[in-house]
Amino acid sequence: MSESLVSMKNVSYSYETTKALIDINFEIKKGAFIGLVGPNGGGKTTLIKLLLGLAKNQKGSIELFGTKINKFKDWNKIGFVSQKANSFNKGFPATVYEVVSMGLTAKVGYFKFLSKADRRQIETAVNQVGMLDYLHQNIGDLSGGQQQRVFIARSLVSNPELLILDEPTVGVDTENVRKFYDLLHNLNEKQNISLLLVTHDTGTMTHHATDIVCLNKTLHFHGKPTEFTNLSDRELSNIYGHPLNVVTHNH
Amino acid sequence: MIENLFEYEFLRNTFFTGLLVGIIAPLLGTFIVVRRLSLIADALSHVTLAGIAFGLLLEKKYTIGFLTPFYTGMGFSVIGSIFIEKLRSVYKAYQELAIPIILSGGVGLSVIFISLANGFNTDLYNYLFGSVSAVSRNDLYSILAISIVVIVILTLFYKELFTLSFDEEHAVVTGIHAKRIHFLFILLTALVIAASIRIVGVLLVSALMTLPVAASIRIAKGFKQTIILSIIFGEISVIIGLVSGYYLEIPPGGTIVLTSILILLLVIAFKRLHVSYAEKKVIQ
Repeated sequence: MSESLVSMKNVSYSYETTKALIDINFEIKKGAFIGLVGPNGGGKTTLIKLLLGLAKNQKGSIELFGTKINKFKDWNKIGFVSQKANSFNKGFPATVYEVVSMGLTAKVGYFKFLSKADRRQIETAVNQVGMLDYLHQNIGDLSGGQQQRVFIARSLVSNPELLILDEPTVGVDTENVRKFYDLLHNLNEKQNISLLLVTHDTGTMTHHATDIVCLNKTLHFHGKPTEFTNLSDRELSNIYGHPLNVVTHNH
Repeated sequence: MIENLFEYEFLRNTFFTGLLVGIIAPLLGTFIVVRRLSLIADALSHVTLAGIAFGLLLEKKYTIGFLTPFYTGMGFSVIGSIFIEKLRSVYKAYQELAIPIILSGGVGLSVIFISLANGFNTDLYNYLFGSVSAVSRNDLYSILAISIVVIVILTLFYKELFTLSFDEEHAVVTGIHAKRIHFLFILLTALVIAASIRIVGVLLVSALMTLPVAASIRIAKGFKQTIILSIIFGEISVIIGLVSGYYLEIPPGGTIVLTSILILLLVIAFKRLHVSYAEKKVIQ
């Protein structure tokens, strides 16, 4: 059986009086590509915040790589590309190289400088996302899709085993979304990086992911993409609170 | 000035202090600007003024040798920085509120201390606008010590500060202690302001931290280059400002800041010409 990277058992979370997550049981196994879908306000971002330690676990147990989250120290094993990554200060004077180097800051540790191997690692990560030609360009001068790739490189540079992406394709044009999914596919299949992707794009997800998880405060569905597309309209509108058609298309 | 530089110690003190401040103010200023905290330097400089006024009051009423206005100013600046960090965490959604609160508090205290010390004198004037003749050997040594501390700490924490400045959420996720680094940063800001006041004065200190950066950010590629260009612009401003201030008998704060503005305008013009030339080339 493959190794469990994330395991949530009976996890609930509320913001003051509003319940955001109710009794979630959820696991990510090594090699998985999980598409996390669900309506707005359904708790997708909260679930990610819990996994990343950005929100404190209130109820239930969360384990990362077999360690309880409050004891977990190996944050380099988890890469994160935020929904907000694209809303950075566009005038910030940082080159692609410098942005990607930030992904190594915590791994290298306090009072230490980047080694030659670290520098090579940065170039490798930039190459992985196909941005090597832009290594010394300011990030603000690139297009939205290119910036997104740089942020993925920043997460890849510390060699994570699990990459979490929170709605990374918002504001990226169709052509670049296609390239983006190709890149994810490559990372998952060829480099064996497990992925958790939060998205509204249920159609594309069903084509790429190995598992679909549908969340609306509680876990409504966890299964294979084919099972998700076979859900009846009634089941889907129960989850989303409104009718939803899943259109599968090969991006 | 060059021949007088060898002759008079006070000029040497001023010149070397100027060179040091020309490095550390834009160096820290680069982080301040990219974190959009330019006005915090202003708020802190006004708190420093309150400290200086307090020191002048102490000097006038009592004779406490070690508590010179320079040190009381630095003390107030550090305390002010701690308050700013506290206020910024209290008003998370209105972080800029810390600035008017601390700034007005600083000016209010200054007014009280100045009137208790029976009003303005030359010393205070020097602190407000800088001076070419007010730097003592002790001041120079203190500022040298501050500069070394600032440069060493910034070098050691460069990657953490850079990462935090760009994307705080990502930095926290990867395990960087944001709060501690913030605190260290604001403390350094307080020290640099206290160190710079002798040369540029309270009212213009934030200019030396932000104007060279405003110029370099227009043309630099990357963060390191922004820092290097900022320091070069800062040094040019300080040297031209000090020399012209000395000959024109004007407080150097004014001439340094005007030189910085001139550099900024030149850089903006250069950039505009460069862009339109590049556009023309593309069209052809």
